[in-house]
Amino acid sequence: MTNKLRSAGVLAAVALALTACGGAKVGEADQPAAGGKECGTFNLAVSPWVGYEANAAVVAYVATKDLGCTVNKKNLKEEISWQGFATGEVDAVLENWGHEDLKKKYVEQQKVAVVVGPSGNQGVIGWYLPPWLAAQHPELKDWKNLNKYASLFKTSESGGKGQLLDGDPSFVTNDEALVKNLKLNFKVVYAGSETALIQAFRDAEKNKKPVIGYFYEPQWFFNELKLVKVDLPKHTPGCDADPAKVACDYPAYALDKIVSKKFADSGSPAYDLVKNFSWTNDDQNQVAKYIAEDKLSPDAAAEKWVNDNRAKVDGWLGK
Amino acid sequence: MASITGSIELNVRKPRRIVLVGGLLVVWLALWFVLRGVHTLALGGQETTPFHRWLTEQAGVVGSGNAISDAIRVTVDQLVVLLQNVIAQPSYGRPVPVVGWLGVVAVAAFLAWAFGNWKVALLTAAGLTFIGLQGLWQESMDTLSLTLAAVLLALLAGIPLGIWAGLSDRCFKVATLVLDLMQTLPTFVYLAPLTLFFAIGPAAATIATLVYAAPPVIRLTAHAIRSVPSESVEAARSLGSTRGQTLTKVLLPMSRSTVVVGINQTIMAALSMVTVAALIDAPGLGQTVLKALQTLDVGVAFNAGLAIVVLAIVLDRVTTAAGDRPWRTASRRRKVLLGLGAVAALVAVWFSRTYLWAAEFPSEPAIGSRIAVAAADVTTWVQDVFGGFTYGVRDAVTVGVLNPLEALLTESPWWLVTAVVVALGAVLGGWRGALPAAVCLLLLVGTGVWRDAMVTLASTLLATVVVVAVGIVLGVWTGRNRRVDQWVRPVLDAGQTMPPFVYLVPFLALFGTSRFTAIAAAVVFAVPVTTKIVADGIRAVPVATVEAANSVGSSTWQVISKVQLPVARRAITLAVNQGLIYVLSMVVVGGLVGAGALGYDVAAGFAQSELYGKGLAAGLAIVLLGVMLDRITQAAARRTRKFRGTVRGDNLW
Repeated sequence: MTNKLRSAGVLAAVALALTACGGAKVGEADQPAAGGKECGTFNLAVSPWVGYEANAAVVAYVATKDLGCTVNKKNLKEEISWQGFATGEVDAVLENWGHEDLKKKYVEQQKVAVVVGPSGNQGVIGWYLPPWLAAQHPELKDWKNLNKYASLFKTSESGGKGQLLDGDPSFVTNDEALVKNLKLNFKVVYAGSETALIQAFRDAEKNKKPVIGYFYEPQWFFNELKLVKVDLPKHTPGCDADPAKVACDYPAYALDKIVSKKFADSGSPAYDLVKNFSWTNDDQNQVAKYIAEDKLSPDAAAEKWVNDNRAKVDGWLGK
Repeated sequence: MASITGSIELNVRKPRRIVLVGGLLVVWLALWFVLRGVHTLALGGQETTPFHRWLTEQAGVVGSGNAISDAIRVTVDQLVVLLQNVIAQPSYGRPVPVVGWLGVVAVAAFLAWAFGNWKVALLTAAGLTFIGLQGLWQESMDTLSLTLAAVLLALLAGIPLGIWAGLSDRCFKVATLVLDLMQTLPTFVYLAPLTLFFAIGPAAATIATLVYAAPPVIRLTAHAIRSVPSESVEAARSLGSTRGQTLTKVLLPMSRSTVVVGINQTIMAALSMVTVAALIDAPGLGQTVLKALQTLDVGVAFNAGLAIVVLAIVLDRVTTAAGDRPWRTASRRRKVLLGLGAVAALVAVWFSRTYLWAAEFPSEPAIGSRIAVAAADVTTWVQDVFGGFTYGVRDAVTVGVLNPLEALLTESPWWLVTAVVVALGAVLGGWRGALPAAVCLLLLVGTGVWRDAMVTLASTLLATVVVVAVGIVLGVWTGRNRRVDQWVRPVLDAGQTMPPFVYLVPFLALFGTSRFTAIAAAVVFAVPVTTKIVADGIRAVPVATVEAANSVGSSTWQVISKVQLPVARRAITLAVNQGLIYVLSMVVVGGLVGAGALGYDVAAGFAQSELYGKGLAAGLAIVLLGVMLDRITQAAARRTRKFRGTVRGDNLW
């Protein structure tokens, strides 16, 4: 057997030697475009959700193609990205949801990060129903009717009450307080991840199961399923000041961009790009759809969108 | 307790323990009815204790920038980047790595042949080519670089430590405690602090992997050294060998094959960390899996998971073959052949440096996308066919077993649970069971997450019972039958190294977000290690013993229950222990699919800075649960052995 194997190996080597010599040689292919002298390296944090990835894809694409930057995308959880401002490993975060505690620590106390204004995206947080359920029971869209239907939402996890499904631990949530203060006969069950939340809604629509859960916009999943928002008592300024007494809806979030102090002072054209970058929820959802549903690579998705929206991009570049 | 060794006492003793345990449980139930709901130490999701807030403050104090952590970071970074440059990333001004795919396949196959045999060489070449065909060459090589760096460092530190723990009893005791901590402390807990010390990127990812992967090689090295028959050591001593000579001439050669099993398990553990380490920007396949998960793309996640499994199988078989191979016995003929092989491998490397087709893996035929589509289709089919049924199973188990158990644990006053568990520990394991239980439970109260710990304990107990039951059945079956072993082993490897994130989505579809989903995931992850250790123990039963039983006309069942299982008792204790630890290490992943409790607390601490301290406390609580359960089972196993009069050697696990 060893002998056979050896002769096979020799044959294979000879065959390789004969056929291979015609192949293209390493180094003959196009060298990557030179440049990036004035921009240099741009370290961009990428948080783990598709909407953020859409932001990052477009900014990285424009920075590379139009400004000649070398973009380092770093896949990090939010908390870790903020740590990176201090150590110089992260230059920019493109979609920040509130995070007042982190702002206080890194912007005010340590002065290593700078807020550079809104990304143009409007964040909406709330309780959502799968479309079939909202169609069948339109009255569920008002929180006052939730108690009447609580038994509909019972699961093995909710201990006899209705189940209100919450998501990832990093999400901003007042739901436990809301359930208590609105006197709802519900129990908050933590799905623990966005994946679990989306799967629950997908399953609920497909098999006509009743589910009510925390969700948010902008989100690529809305391209697949138009979840229906439940109206909670209207948000008024200051109604959520005391976390224990909250009894009103979530505020509308103007998502903003954060950069490191060093990056802001560097004079890099990438900083101006980040500062000027601004687009709508529809824009983001479009790119997110290219990535999540059409399975384009982030770079290809960005290219497609940039080609269709050149004017907007030129605006960011100050052209 | 008085020392009782005769078999007559055994018959009197044994029922009494069961009666005692039963009595305790009855008393517990009765008191539960009366005292339900008082002193349960409940704590809301966003609530923290002063201890938690203190821990959170400490996180702000530590930070990168001290010379030692910088030096470590730079060194580890250099090592990973060097490996990446060689096999994974465009480097040194070239558009491709130093060694292209053909070179990597040739060198890997050659090494597999040199250290193992031609069969594993063939498997290596086939496996690596398959990964390339999946369209994941570069990602896989990134993962391989990180894994190799972590394993190299783990061996560098782990083998000497293991030898020391093998020779010194005191070191062994300390090491066992530290290793328990390393294996059960959820990786999520130290991932964020590690980035504070070692910054973001390959160094922190490698160190996180190292912490998780080093324990097996240390444990198994110590185990191997301790298992060398004392006659051999005494013989060497009587012939005038020094300590050093005894070590290098007797102990190490005789324990080599077990040490290799340790190396093998370390590699497996390192590979199972790649998706978690991706959360702090570790390069490679983990990124692909996490990205796919964001869009619930089961197919793509499975494809990447499969590449990890293939890497694992190749590395497993090569190390196993290397462990079996007698060293220093290469014939002249083999030496000549090896020389020729080396030349051929070098030629392949030259090709891969020169020609593009040998440097970059061809993009056609892209079987990766076909695997992804097929996996997605199978998943959908399974969900559609079994969807309703699985919900029924979930509800039955949850209502019938899990909820009552959890109610008993969470609604009893904390002092009642403590008293009962300590008493159970005393009955089952004497003071060796009672003392650790008391200490662990009181510390658990101190962590401030008592109630969450009890919820987690309920799920853990249920999962471990299932794991042990399945593991023993499968282990006996594969241990007795080589052919079954050959078929089951790849499945076990897959269960151990397929990232749990991959089967998370299908499990969610089958069972919804629930504690049951988490238990199912933990069972998949923990059954392989239990099975492997039981099978190993069964195989180690001397053939003569089994034949003796056969010759007196014992049935298969009698051979298993009267001979093989009792003789392999030590392996089974170890299997239970490792099953338990693996279940606990999945608790955090369980938190991501609806199990809540400690797993959720830990994940929340990783995600929200104000909950950092609580997450850390929850991580400690998981460790405390692990240590407590481990010590009680150990002590119980030790006593059982004592009563049967088979105190032999020291207890390792």
